[in-house]
Amino acid sequence: MGMTITEKVLARAARRDRVAPGELISARVDVVLGNDITAPLAIREFRKIGVDRVFDPERVILVPDHFVPNKDIQSAEQAKEMRDFAREQGLTNYFEIGRMGIEHCLLPEQGLVGPGDVVIGADSHTCTYGALGAFATGVGSTDLAAAMALGETWFKVPASIKFIYEGELPEWVGGKDLILHTIGDIGVEGALYQAMEFTGPAIENLSMDGRFTMANMAIEAGAKNGIIAPDGRTIEYVRGRAQRPYEIFQSDPDAEYARVITYDVSQIEPQVAFPHSPDNTRPVTEAGQVEIDQVVIGSCTNGRLEDLRLAARVLMRHRVHKNVRLIVIPGTQEIYRRAMDEGLLAVFIRAGGAVSTPTCGPCLGGHMGVLARGERAVATTNRNFVGRMGHPESEVYLANPAVAAASAILGRIAHPNEVT
Amino acid sequence: MLLEGKAWKFGDNIDTDVIIPARYLSTSDPAELARHCMEDADPGFPGKVRPGDIIVGGRNFGCGSSREHAPLAIKGAGVSCVIARTFARIFYRNAFNIGLPILECPAAVDGIRTGDRVAVDTASGTIRNLTTGEEFAAKPIPPFMQEIINSGGLIAYVRRKLT
Repeated sequence: MGMTITEKVLARAARRDRVAPGELISARVDVVLGNDITAPLAIREFRKIGVDRVFDPERVILVPDHFVPNKDIQSAEQAKEMRDFAREQGLTNYFEIGRMGIEHCLLPEQGLVGPGDVVIGADSHTCTYGALGAFATGVGSTDLAAAMALGETWFKVPASIKFIYEGELPEWVGGKDLILHTIGDIGVEGALYQAMEFTGPAIENLSMDGRFTMANMAIEAGAKNGIIAPDGRTIEYVRGRAQRPYEIFQSDPDAEYARVITYDVSQIEPQVAFPHSPDNTRPVTEAGQVEIDQVVIGSCTNGRLEDLRLAARVLMRHRVHKNVRLIVIPGTQEIYRRAMDEGLLAVFIRAGGAVSTPTCGPCLGGHMGVLARGERAVATTNRNFVGRMGHPESEVYLANPAVAAASAILGRIAHPNEVT
Repeated sequence: MLLEGKAWKFGDNIDTDVIIPARYLSTSDPAELARHCMEDADPGFPGKVRPGDIIVGGRNFGCGSSREHAPLAIKGAGVSCVIARTFARIFYRNAFNIGLPILECPAAVDGIRTGDRVAVDTASGTIRNLTTGEEFAAKPIPPFMQEIINSGGLIAYVRRKLT
């Protein structure tokens, strides 16, 4: 019996020939990650363990990205606690404001995660790195603390669901639409405790940025991890970035899957997830007349260069609707710089949008675009739960960057074809 | 561990933003978090819940963010145990790691209403609805997780492992 890519990556980390779904294993971790919300709690737990040093100062990565630049005194205290710890421990991968990025955009870009890695992060969207062929999953602060001390953690090996995406992507349809369509199909618990393995010709033709978006939202279907086997495009991406050797794994042809689900992507339209669940999806042409107050383009889901290019392509020669606030947030300092060099930021600013330094801010209702009672936002983010972006009676509609840009122009949920 | 309290029932997919909204994540003090526990689902909950009470959820309880502040808020509110059909996996780990007992038991979820008195034996997984007299058997806690609980949580487990 063959193994899936998820099983192979975990077997290597567990120093075993093979592992099977349901087994509990102790595995080495290549990278452990925390942010300004989860790391302070982890640091306090770490102190209780009674060790002085983290297992490896290069592999414990801390990124202040959620409530920075700090929104209030309390969040400043939390960020300082993390900064002080990073200095005390001599962490080489602590990223300060002005050099940082949203963690899940930053780590792949900086070559800090690579194919075959096992990564845990105290952030649920850690699953993003599966796009590189890594096993990456979110944990809580106490798990993070233990892994910071030990360099290992325990996992229950997940069964895998294989998703096959056939056909050619229509215009304006990308990774965001594939993953929203998938979550809409299987539901927010459709992959509970399982691995989502994305395969097929449409994935082979998908850019790395599109693949990151897909793996990023695996958690929204309850999955433990999302994963895409490395191919030429992956290797091209990691070449020149990878700061450590990496290892390529592929699923065996006779690997066992809990389910196999096939989609014809040529039939998929740009998707919108309506409030208050990422699985409440419908094609944008069936959205109806939904007037909006705010548009956010950014986040660990859609804050990458390709996302900004797409949004700029739609916004070019247009103005943001008078009733709409457009907030654009490049995912990292490097993306910010490149977007500036390419003239994308000028497009956003001329259109009447606001451009922010990288931050998770509005995605989780932290700052930089919190919604008031009754307000509606189209966001390229990942969750539209009750109260996610602000007041419990506000509403969030999830979409791709082109739909978000078109909606900003027309003041209602709109298809990019309506303005281009 | 024997637990007893009044049941508070919630629906499916209770997410971490409902359990503790991100607008309160500038702190990780359980007492402070408890003052806002579940408020976006039931604004009166923090004022009504009493020490020992039990939350009963549906499917996929605790989905969404990895914030450990979610089980901490529940524990801080005095809730002794959460029973659900299924739990989201990060929440599941976090609850054990911080010492909040949780049990998966669809039959108990069907057989318990808000206001019922409920008794739980975490060792055996037996759940009794004292109001109706019904008894339910929860899925046993995996032996590995029991080891963490017996050590007194993950940090104590790791400390023991390192000495």
